[in-house]
Amino acid sequence: MIWQSAIDFFSFKDPNVVYVLAGIIFINSSSALVGTFAYLRKRSLLADAVSHALLPGICLGFLFAGEKNMPALITGAFITGWISIYLIDLIVRKSRIKQDAAIAMVIAFFFAIGIVLLTYIQKHGNGNQAGLDHFLFGQAAAISKNDVWLFAVVFVVILLAVLLLYKNLVILSFNPDFAQSVGIPVRFIEFFLTSLTVLAIAIGIQALGVILISALIITPTATARMWTHHLKKMIVIAILISVFSGIAGAFVSYTRAQMPTGPWVVVILSFITFVSVVMAPKGLLRKFIVRRKNENKINDENILKTIFELKGFSEKEKMLVFSTVELTEKRLFDTKKLDAGLRRLIRRNLIQHKGNEFELTTTGKKEAARIIKLHRLWEQYLLKRTSIDTDHVHSGAEAIEHIITPEIEKELEKELGIEGIPEDDY
Amino acid sequence: MKQDIHAIEVHNLTVSYDGKPVLWDIDFNLDSGQIIGIIGPNGSGKTTSLKAIMGLLKPASGFVKIFGKSLDEVRDRVAYVPQRESVDWDFPASVLDVVLMGRSKSQNLFRRANKTDIGIALQSIEKVGLTEFKNRQISQLSGGQQQRVFIARALAQQADLYLMDEPFVGVDAATESAILELLREMKSNGKTVLIIHHDLQTVSDYFDYLVLLNTRLIAKGTPPEVLTRENLSNAYGGQLTLLSKIVDLIRQNEFPVREKGFDL
Repeated sequence: MIWQSAIDFFSFKDPNVVYVLAGIIFINSSSALVGTFAYLRKRSLLADAVSHALLPGICLGFLFAGEKNMPALITGAFITGWISIYLIDLIVRKSRIKQDAAIAMVIAFFFAIGIVLLTYIQKHGNGNQAGLDHFLFGQAAAISKNDVWLFAVVFVVILLAVLLLYKNLVILSFNPDFAQSVGIPVRFIEFFLTSLTVLAIAIGIQALGVILISALIITPTATARMWTHHLKKMIVIAILISVFSGIAGAFVSYTRAQMPTGPWVVVILSFITFVSVVMAPKGLLRKFIVRRKNENKINDENILKTIFELKGFSEKEKMLVFSTVELTEKRLFDTKKLDAGLRRLIRRNLIQHKGNEFELTTTGKKEAARIIKLHRLWEQYLLKRTSIDTDHVHSGAEAIEHIITPEIEKELEKELGIEGIPEDDY
Repeated sequence: MKQDIHAIEVHNLTVSYDGKPVLWDIDFNLDSGQIIGIIGPNGSGKTTSLKAIMGLLKPASGFVKIFGKSLDEVRDRVAYVPQRESVDWDFPASVLDVVLMGRSKSQNLFRRANKTDIGIALQSIEKVGLTEFKNRQISQLSGGQQQRVFIARALAQQADLYLMDEPFVGVDAATESAILELLREMKSNGKTVLIIHHDLQTVSDYFDYLVLLNTRLIAKGTPPEVLTRENLSNAYGGQLTLLSKIVDLIRQNEFPVREKGFDL
C-alpha cells in the first residue's frame, strides 16, 4: 500500500505530484535563503510574527478577489505582513514595551483577526472558499500549475537578490554600524531583505500553513549552523535540509490523504535538527566519545603508575609481576574499570599475562616511568611558580600528568633544569 | 598635507538619546597626522561622539566636517573600528572574510572581492600579526586577536582617518604595545587616528592630543594641558552634579535641549 503510493509519488505519473514537488523546492529554498540572514541578524522571532500576520492578509485578498486567486492572496499577505513588522517597530520605539513583548502581542492580534476573517468567509462563502482553511496547517497537494510559476518567480527574485547583494548582506548581518560607515545603504537593504522574507513566507503558507511556516525560516539555518562555520556551505546545507523535509513531508501527506503537510514537514525538520544536535562536529556524540576516551586514558595511566609505585625503580632487570589484589590495595580502583583497563593495556602490549598475575613489559615500564616523570615535573613546576603548599601539589599534579604533551614536557624540563625523573615525590 | 584644514571639525554638536542629551554643545578641531585620544568616565558620551562623527547617529544640533567636507564626500578616507563587543563573534566567517569587508565601498556594492582586494586584506592581516590565523573562524580567536581583526579590517580600508572605539579593551600587554606600534607607524605616514581610551595611566604616553568629555567638553589640548587636577576632577570627580541634575530634569519633563532658532 505505502510502496504503491511511493511509486505513484516518485514516478511523477500524477502531474499534480510534479507541481507539488516543484512548488516545495521553490518554497523551501526561498525560505532557507532569506532565513539565513534572518537568523544571522537575530530576527528569528520576527519571522514568526510575520507568518501569523499573513492570515488576515490572505483572507482580505480572498474577499477582494472573490475567489482563491493566488496573486491576490499573496499581495494581501505581503501587505499585512509588512504592517505587522511596522507595528512591532512602532511599539518598540514609541512605548516602554520591549521587542519580545511587542512581537508576542502582535502575533496574537493578527492571528485573531485572521481567524475572525476566516470564519466569516466560511460562514458567508459561496463555495469558492474551498481550501482556504489549508492556510492554517498547509496542504501541499493544493499547489497548482499556476502557483508553481508564481513560486518560481519569487524564488528567482530572492536568489538573484542574494547573489547580487551577498557581500552587503553579510556585512550588514555581522556589523550593521560598520556597514553604514562604509556607505552601504543599510536602511534600503534592510527594507528589501524584510520584503523578501515576507514574500518567501507568503508563498509558503498554502503548502505549510501560517502556524508552522516560520519553522522553515529558522530551523534549517539553525541546524546547518551546527555543521559548518562557512556561510556559503551553511546556506547550501540549510536549503538541502529544508527541501528534503519538504519533499518528505509532502510525501507523507500525499500517501495519507487529509494529512496536513505543514506539521509533517516540521516534524521531519525537527528530527533532522535533533540528529544534528547529537551527530554534528561539536555535538553530543563527539562530546561523549571524547569524555570516554579521556576517562580511559586516565584510568589506564593510573594503573601503570600504580604498578610502578608498587614495584619501585629498583628491580631493573626483572620484569615486574603484579596481581590485581596488589593494585586495589595500593589504589582504590573500580573493579570493572580496572579489568577493562588491564585488557586495554594488554592490547597495547604494555603488560602481559603471567599465570594468574600480570607483568609489565619493557615498553610498559617506559610508559609508567613517563607518567611518574610528568607527575613529578608538574609538582616541581607548581612549587616553583606558584605559592602552593607541599601537601597540595600531589593532587594538583594528579590530573595534569595525563594531559602534558611531549612539547610541554621538554619545556618543563628546560624551565626546571631537570633531566630524567625528579627525585622528590610528594 | 594642508595644515589649515582640520582632519575633524566638530561644531556645537548635541546628541540626545531618548530625549536625554548624551553630548552637549561639543566643539573641537583635530589636526591631521596625530594620535588623538577621547577620554572621560563611563557614560560620558565617548562612543556617542565617535558614532556622531561617523554619521551613525543623527545630531540634535551642530555638524561634523571631515577634512573640511561632509562625511559622504570623504567616506572612503575614513575607517571606523567599532567596539569589539558590539558584534557577535560566533558569526560564520573567517579572519580573511572579515578583513575583506574593509574593501567594501559605496561605489562597489555589487562587485566581488578581486585579487587586489585580497592582496590588500592579506597585507593588513600580516601587519596585525594574524597571518597564521587568516583562515581561522573568528569565534575561535582570543579577545585580543578579535580586536586585531577589527584593526586589520580598518587598515584594509586604506583610509586617512581612523576612528577606533576602545581598541585596547580586553587586549594583553604585548598586543597593546604591538597595536600602539602600528598606530605610530600610521601616524608617521601622515594618518590621523582618533581613539576612545579609558586607561588614564597610559594617556600621556599614547596621545599627542586629548579631548576630555563628560557630556560636555571638559578640556582639549595636549596631555599636559588636559591632565590637570582641576580638569580631571571636573570630569571624574562628581563636580558636575548640577549638570547631571539638569540632564535628568530635561528627560523627566521631555524638555527640548535647546530653544528653537538657536541651532548653531
